[in-house]
Amino acid sequence: MTSIKTATASESAPLIEMRDVVKRYGDFEALGGVSISVNSGQRVVVCGPSGSGKSTLIRCLNQLEKHDAGEIFIDGQRLSQLSASGLRKIRADVGMVFQQFNLFPHLTVLENLTLGPMRTRKLSEDAARKLALDHLEKVHIPEQANKYPRQLSGGQQQRVAIARSLCMEPKILLFDEPTSALDPEMIVEVLDVMVELASTGITMLVVTHEMGFANQVADTIVFMDGGKIVESNDPETFFSNPASERGRAFLKKILRH
Amino acid sequence: MSKRLSSIIGWGVFVGLVLIAWSFLRTLNWDDLAWYVVSPSTESGRQNLAFLMGGVKYTLLMSITAICISIVLGLIIALPGLSPSPNVRMINRVYVELVRAVPILVLIFWVYYGLPILHDDININVFWAGVIALALSDSAFEAEIFRAGIQSIDKGQLEAADSIGLGYFGRLRYVILPQAIRRILPPLGNQLVYMLKMSSLVSVIGMEELTRRANELVVSTYRPLEIYTVLVLEYLVLILIVSAGVRWLERKLQANESV
Ligand SMILES: Nc1ncnc2c1ncn2[C@@H]1O[C@H](COP(=O)(O)OP(=O)(O)OP(=O)(O)O)[C@@H](O)[C@H]1O
Ligand SMILES: [Mg+2]
Repeated sequence: MTSIKTATASESAPLIEMRDVVKRYGDFEALGGVSISVNSGQRVVVCGPSGSGKSTLIRCLNQLEKHDAGEIFIDGQRLSQLSASGLRKIRADVGMVFQQFNLFPHLTVLENLTLGPMRTRKLSEDAARKLALDHLEKVHIPEQANKYPRQLSGGQQQRVAIARSLCMEPKILLFDEPTSALDPEMIVEVLDVMVELASTGITMLVVTHEMGFANQVADTIVFMDGGKIVESNDPETFFSNPASERGRAFLKKILRH
Repeated sequence: MSKRLSSIIGWGVFVGLVLIAWSFLRTLNWDDLAWYVVSPSTESGRQNLAFLMGGVKYTLLMSITAICISIVLGLIIALPGLSPSPNVRMINRVYVELVRAVPILVLIFWVYYGLPILHDDININVFWAGVIALALSDSAFEAEIFRAGIQSIDKGQLEAADSIGLGYFGRLRYVILPQAIRRILPPLGNQLVYMLKMSSLVSVIGMEELTRRANELVVSTYRPLEIYTVLVLEYLVLILIVSAGVRWLERKLQANESV
């Protein structure tokens, strides 16, 4: 169990806080008591071997998975105490980008982007459309607004998915292996967008195997194994001199590729 | 066996079957047929035909009303079936198993003759008794169709909907149903065809739809073969039209999706 604190904003309350969070699937403990705290503006990369609980961790943060024990606070609100509508508000504040994009195939790109703002944030259609076009611009595909997801390349789809999250104007963006389903030539265009996002100061939690991205963007690397956080460190230390033996072994394996 | 030999045998069998069929057809009483009872070329034939076809509007009205009600009812019954809670799912199971177990004809009797006894103010006419019985019976099947259609939607779609803060009904309305409808439509079309056919059962409580009229005409003309043949054709045409309509709708939805 490790907790992350940066010196920059330690006096203000953390934006995300997990305390001894446990998540079980049947008898299996996918998270075995995880504690982490992330301040506003922090960029955390979560890595670790397959099955170590990375997805489970970030899915608990917007309650796609309900945790079984421990506490999670987002912006000071305890998730386990929220009503359904309270949870919807939190989810509007916590954007999620999925490995498989999960765009809505029956809606155009623009409609994908305006759905949340119109139905959750109750913006007018005009306001939502303007917001959507703004964010499409930010992910560099304004010209695709009226196409359907299947008409786009994987990289473009993932950028639409990022824009869809941004249209909710979230405080936190979660990414679960956003480039793992992409062909190599498309990974860069998505990572570029994420790097640009990072520079806007939004709080990001990114599960990824892209260690170059982690090195460039993260201020903290969290290394997980067996449902626990084994180590959390700044990138320089983690990449040059990981504190844990398992971290070292993982890096050796992943950097060989 | 050579190809030539097998083709000779094939033709031999074919010719044999045709001969057998022919000698059988020759024994039938063709001369006893009296198509004039439904022939458009005679005055009484025209009257009979008009009488028979006059039932179409009731058959259609009853089937369409019933299917509309059963779709709404089916959706309401399907939703608890999708709940993570086993107790809530039980509501769906009990309804579906119970309603599915009752033959439609029995349901028609039960609604028409049974229900009014329950309360003095209940007075159901034949049309609504038929509609209620058909709709109830069909709703169990609709519920299963909806449940399967909704369950076939990728879990990632639900998660994406959740993550942009849509609630239960927003998720259903904007994400799940528009996608599920494409998968639901073909079995729904089947159900509509089934409903059209089952509406013939409502004739037993006196609904003046296609089958009832045919029966009445048979009683007065003693011409069952000719009249029931017309009846068969009436259902056939109705159902072909409905099938074509459903296929057209399917194509339209698909076209929308793949612009
Ligand atoms: N719905 C589920 N039911 C049962 N077990 C699950 C479920 N989801 C995850 N698990 C298990 O929990 C463990 C952690 O899963 P998780 O998806 O969080 O791992 P991960 O670190 O994201 O791995 P990967 O790199 O493969 O995505 C795995 O062993 C997985 O098999
Ligand atoms: Mg994962």
